[in-house]
This record gives sequence, C-alpha cells and structure tokens, in this order.
Amino acid sequence: MKRITAPLDAETIDDLEVGDEVLISGVIYTMRDAAHAKVVEIIKKNGKLPFDLQNQVIYYCGPTPTKEGNVIGSCGPTTSSRMDVFTPLLLEHGLKGMIGKGERSVAVKDAIEKYGAVYFSAMGGLGAEYARDVKKSDVIAFPELGPEAIYKMEIEDFYAVVINDAKGNDFFVINQYN
Amino acid sequence: MRLIKCEKITGVVERMVIDANHYLPYDIFNCMKDAADKETTKKPKTILYKILENHKIAKKGTYPLCQDTGIAVVFLEVGNETATDGDIYKAVNKGVEAGYSKGFLRKSMADPLTRENTGTNTPAIIHTKLVKGPHIKISLMTKGAGAENKSALKMLNPSDGIEGIKKFVIETVKKAGASACPPFVIGIGIGGNMETCALLAKKSLMRELDDYNKSDKNAAKLENELFKEINRLNIGPLGFGGDTTALGVKIETKPCHIASLPVAVNIQCHSSRHKTFTI
Repeated sequence: MKRITAPLDAETIDDLEVGDEVLISGVIYTMRDAAHAKVVEIIKKNGKLPFDLQNQVIYYCGPTPTKEGNVIGSCGPTTSSRMDVFTPLLLEHGLKGMIGKGERSVAVKDAIEKYGAVYFSAMGGLGAEYARDVKKSDVIAFPELGPEAIYKMEIEDFYAVVINDAKGNDFFVINQYN
Repeated sequence: MRLIKCEKITGVVERMVIDANHYLPYDIFNCMKDAADKETTKKPKTILYKILENHKIAKKGTYPLCQDTGIAVVFLEVGNETATDGDIYKAVNKGVEAGYSKGFLRKSMADPLTRENTGTNTPAIIHTKLVKGPHIKISLMTKGAGAENKSALKMLNPSDGIEGIKKFVIETVKKAGASACPPFVIGIGIGGNMETCALLAKKSLMRELDDYNKSDKNAAKLENELFKEINRLNIGPLGFGGDTTALGVKIETKPCHIASLPVAVNIQCHSSRHKTFTI
C-alpha cells in the first residue's frame, strides 16, 4: 500500500505502477458528465476555470445529498468511460490524476502516457465507505447541477488502485479477460 | 372487494426505496460472504469484504450503499378483488418522491433530451400485472445506471440457437466488465418480442439467487451453464480478477415468432437493490 498526496507531483506519478494499491490524502475535485461538458466549453473559449487544473486530481463522483451534521453523502465512483471524450483536453491543460471505475478509451490511455498522468480505480458501489474518508467538502462551481456540481473534497486515506500509469501500462489489459 | 388506500401504497413505497438503498438483500449478503471466504486471490477477496463492510456502514441509515441511488423500477401485481381510493400510479410516484427526499437519496431522473433533472426522481418506471386475489404486491428495484448502461438486447436468428444465445450473453458480460460493478446478477429474457424479452430480463432480477427456473428445465440448464462460464471469465469483483464474476444468472422465457429469437441481457450490480412487499 502506497500513501500519496493530491495534487500529484511528478515524483509521485513516476513511482506509481499498475496494480499498486494507494491511500490518497489531500485535495481532489469531483466532476462528472455535466461539469466536464461545462469545463471543456470554458477551456475552448479561453475562459476562467473554476479551479486551476495544474497537477490536480478529478474524482468522477456525484454524491447523495448531505445530511445535516455530516460532511458529505455517499460518494463512490461513477463509470469513467463516459468522460473519455473530454479527458485528453483536460490532461493537455495540466490535469494529472483521475479517479473513477472501469476501463478507459485508447485515446485517454495515450494521453495519460503523453502527459505523464495516472488513472485510479476506486471501488464501485462502496459509496458509504468512501463517505468516511471525506473530511471536508464544499461545492465550488455549478451548484445548479445538484449532484453534478464540482465539489472540492479534502480526503484522508482514500483507497484506490492504479489502473493506467504514466508508463503506458494498463492493469485491465495485463490482467484480463478481453 | 378489498379497499386499499393510496396513502398506504405511498407509505410502503417510500419505506421500500429507503430500505432498498441501505440494506443488501439477505441472499446477496450471504452469497457475497461465501464468495469472500472462498476467493483465493488477495485483491478480489479484499474487495468482497469491503462490499460487506460497506453494507455494515449503510445499514446504520446515514449513508446509502451507493451514491447512485438509482431510478425506481416498480412491478405492481394488482389483485382483481382490490380497489383503490385514487390513482395507483400517482400513489407510487408520491412514495418514490417522498422516499428519495426524506431518505437523502440522489435524484437521478432527467429529461432525455434537455438533460434537465426532474428534481424528484420521478416518474418511476411502473409495470402492472393483473392477478387474482385481494392483494397488491409491490416489487421495487432501485436501479443504478452503471450496470443498466451495459445491458443489451439483440434479435438473434432462430438458427443461432442456444450457442448464439450464450455467445451474446458472454459478449455482453465481457463488455460490461469492471465499470458495471461486478460481481453481477445477470437477468436474461429469451423469446417474446423486442419489448417482452427486455421486460423478462428485468423481472428475472427480482428472483432470489437460489431460485432456478422451475417452469422451464431448458432455461434452468442454461442458467447453470452460463453461471459457470461467466465465473470462468476472470473479471471478478470490480474487475480485479478472481472466481466471482456472477452471483447469479436468471433466465425467463416466452414463446416467440417462428422467425425470431429475441434475447435481452440486463446487468445488475453487486448490491442488487430490490424489495418486495404485499399489501
């Protein structure tokens, strides 16, 4: 088990290999379908982004509503492949890490290698467990999108596995059934 | 004639959507526990125990099992000796809306073209069947999109036969892979026509894991064969390999046109959230 901190520095990324189990602490941002579409539109129009993408980690997640007195609701990962169409542009603009579930497209895998990034799988369907790892959470953009808003999350010991490393390896291809 | 109040139906549905989102069905829980104990490789074993741990947290009632609390799919069996004091569909939708709101569940229902969220997680998907008797039976599933999106339907040719059906099911399960949250329950509808096979597939997911198809021995044999083949695919819990890719395979059949062989495969995620209640 490797302990790493988000945002990710180059040294951390270089050290990660497919199949590595990691505990992530630090700051991450949630973004799913609707927020991706908006962010990509802003980039294309040279607008101001809701947060600086440099070295950041995006978590594909749309939490359940937060109950009073809690930090967040259930917050497991959603299917990453739906974001594939947006991802290469974000990587080009400094994004270094993504957390989701399932396989990525060839274009995304190529971009991960090209820009020296990393893709992690969190554990699908374990939203209640992940809620415990979130220590602070705030909606920082697009509140009108409800669960699809961008949440800035402070996490501690968030469990994930490296699926695509910066060297171009793919855990699912190495291990698998296809 | 037995009068069943709409208020009663609303209350039952409200409770069901909240419970389905916080408790694993007992057969799923037991099967998962067995699978966790039996798995020999480290990652899949760890993940299966994590799924059980997730249930332990969720059942306390603060956090639902998953952030995708699904859309509500409801099967109503309405007895011919019952009457309601209002619109039964409105009563169900009211229960879904109240459950998703009071239970702090995520509202995921949106307009398909504008993508605007309806804000209430309604309308629910409701299927109704008229049956004999003085009861209304409500079977409810809160179905997430991760697994639903990987479901598939194909109009095969009769000459494709059993082998063709198997090939299509296996292909669909492979494509579902890690992102649809295995270990799966796989619901398969064979026959009828286009919409009937899809409905059969969905309905079969309401069956208990140890319930093999008792009315069609060929279907039961196919359930068993596919179960074994799927568990040899090495997809495993959340795609991390191992012996547990399917918790169950359920098949329902209906006669079809001499020229057709419709097959639908409905993928269900590891938590297989569903409940049944009879009023």
